[in-house]
Amino acid sequence: MSSDKRTPAARKGYFGPYGGQFVPETLMTALTQLDEQFRSAMADKAFRATLDSDLRTIAGRPSELYFCRRLTEQLGGAKIYLKREDMNHTGAHKINNTLGQALLTLRMGKRRVIAETGAGQHGVATATAAAVYGLECDVYMGSEDIRRQELNVFRMKLLGARVIPVESGQRTLKDATNEAMRDWMGSVEGTHYILGSVCGPHPFPTMVREFQSCIGREARKQMLKAEGRLPDLLVACVGGGSNAAGLFAPMIKDASVAMVGVEAGGRGLTPGEHAATLCQGAPGVLHGALTYVLQDADGQTAPVHSVSAGLDYPGVGPEHSYWKDTGRVRYTNRSDDQAIAALMTLARAEGIIAALESSHAVAEGLALAPTMGKDQIVLINLSGRGDKDCNEIAAILRRQGRL
Amino acid sequence: MSARSDARALKTNRLVATFADLRRRGRKTLLPFLTAGYPSLDATRAILHEMEARGTRICELGVPFSDPVADGPIIQASYTEALAAGITSDKILDTVARYRREGGAMALLAMVSYSIVYRHGVDSWLRSARASGLDGVIIPDLPLNESSSLQPLAVSQGLCPVLLIAPTTPPDRRLAIARASRGFIYYVSVAGITGERSALPEATIAGVRELRTHTDTPICVGFGISSPDMVQTVCQVADGAIVGSAIVHRITDSKSLPTDQLAKKVGDFVAELLAPLL
Repeated sequence: MSSDKRTPAARKGYFGPYGGQFVPETLMTALTQLDEQFRSAMADKAFRATLDSDLRTIAGRPSELYFCRRLTEQLGGAKIYLKREDMNHTGAHKINNTLGQALLTLRMGKRRVIAETGAGQHGVATATAAAVYGLECDVYMGSEDIRRQELNVFRMKLLGARVIPVESGQRTLKDATNEAMRDWMGSVEGTHYILGSVCGPHPFPTMVREFQSCIGREARKQMLKAEGRLPDLLVACVGGGSNAAGLFAPMIKDASVAMVGVEAGGRGLTPGEHAATLCQGAPGVLHGALTYVLQDADGQTAPVHSVSAGLDYPGVGPEHSYWKDTGRVRYTNRSDDQAIAALMTLARAEGIIAALESSHAVAEGLALAPTMGKDQIVLINLSGRGDKDCNEIAAILRRQGRL
Repeated sequence: MSARSDARALKTNRLVATFADLRRRGRKTLLPFLTAGYPSLDATRAILHEMEARGTRICELGVPFSDPVADGPIIQASYTEALAAGITSDKILDTVARYRREGGAMALLAMVSYSIVYRHGVDSWLRSARASGLDGVIIPDLPLNESSSLQPLAVSQGLCPVLLIAPTTPPDRRLAIARASRGFIYYVSVAGITGERSALPEATIAGVRELRTHTDTPICVGFGISSPDMVQTVCQVADGAIVGSAIVHRITDSKSLPTDQLAKKVGDFVAELLAPLL
């Protein structure tokens, strides 16, 4: 077969050796159609104009670039900036992708969308897009996450979506993804699966990265305007990796910009206690892609833990695996406790309550800023707001006797 | 690799030999599916021997996986339970080897996720699979596009790599899959996950009949087949009917019985399914 003769790097849908389409045959036609439709849509000026306009009027873009004056003074190192994705409509970066994919759904003539969700942010963003464009919407969510994210479950229902609890496995994001893929196997003719991260089979990793790239494109322009130069360091949290990919990709060719992806260190780096896939995992296959995964020696997916439901995932987008191996991006992790501490620091210094997911990036950024020069700039992606996490954080602080 | 050189590599393969024999005698067959190691490895072995005694010639062994995307609730639950009991793919291959040592002669295929094969190392896993006595592999999450390097490795080991065609597969791709598949072509009867259904879509029969005009490779139909009537209908056009969830369902119902009684119950059901083909 001809694909054998090409180098892996040149293969469509691959990032170096990572990516691909490891899915049942039933889904192959839908993926091929989706790839064609996505590429033709992105080449279509009218589609892009509609998307840009909807990102402005529905999501509220562009999001602000915010200078943390007090934190910068307190830490005495690099200037700290935040990209305020938390100020988007629905409270996170997820809406960038769901508006794009929902518009594609209309273009493909499909009338129903499904989604998986962990923290519920992607579910809410999908339900919102479905409401705006008049699509039917079912969201799969692990029952453990339903418990942790009561507010988002209610928001989805209020928006007219059906929330389907998933009881298999650890009852979190991975299991919700399995269930959404199973639904899609049987409904693929009239249903589009709005995958929420840069994971899954081609074209999802590329498509979601493109829809999220407004983050990095805006940030690059805003930073040039504010400081007359690019940042020295970008920091973003990585679960599946969509907010990080959206920030990094438009600056990946800017050699002067260093990048750090921050995974969930959970309760410590023993198996089952974290979700630090790139830091602790190995290449394997999960949810349709060859990428770093947390597995046992038999290839069974390992249990994971994170205080943040959005990072609680044993896989990662294949492009991140490629960036890790090439050394373009450094990947590290921050623990549950470090994320909560960073959340509180940011709240008190700048009046911003960040999502637990984003707080992992904040923790890393606040740790690195003092080690950098005053003339340097660190830009942290504040991928979402923490309203959804308040009950969970209150429960944790109460358990620790801090509330 | 050409079809001819593949035929040489697969000359002693039981799956190839079995279909050749069935063709010569104008017979069709049943391909029962079992979750390997469910409810135990001993039970799997006992059921294999019992099914063989009842006239089964080919059997599929499902290797339990933590995240089986193509499987419905019945098979998924059996996988979860087997994994919780500590079943691994190595233990399953040991069980296959033991079945062979005990004289078991059915053609055996593993239905295994690429996640497992990749983790063990493709070449190494295929080698162990053949050494244990398996004759074929069905890797449901390794479609044609991704299978080009595994296919020749499997064949060179003497294993038949079986590919799947779905109701959603367009005509040109059906042909390409039919040409690449070895042993047989797995024709998926419904777009969706595995599970018992009461009737087959009419398009399945037409689809198999059309495919038949393009290939001599045996065609077996699976997903949703659960009764002797459905087996008979499918085998009017196909070379074999694959029954999974309906069998695993019966194992689940009887799993607390002693192994020999469980094996007999499954054997009784398999005999019912086989009856229209004898």
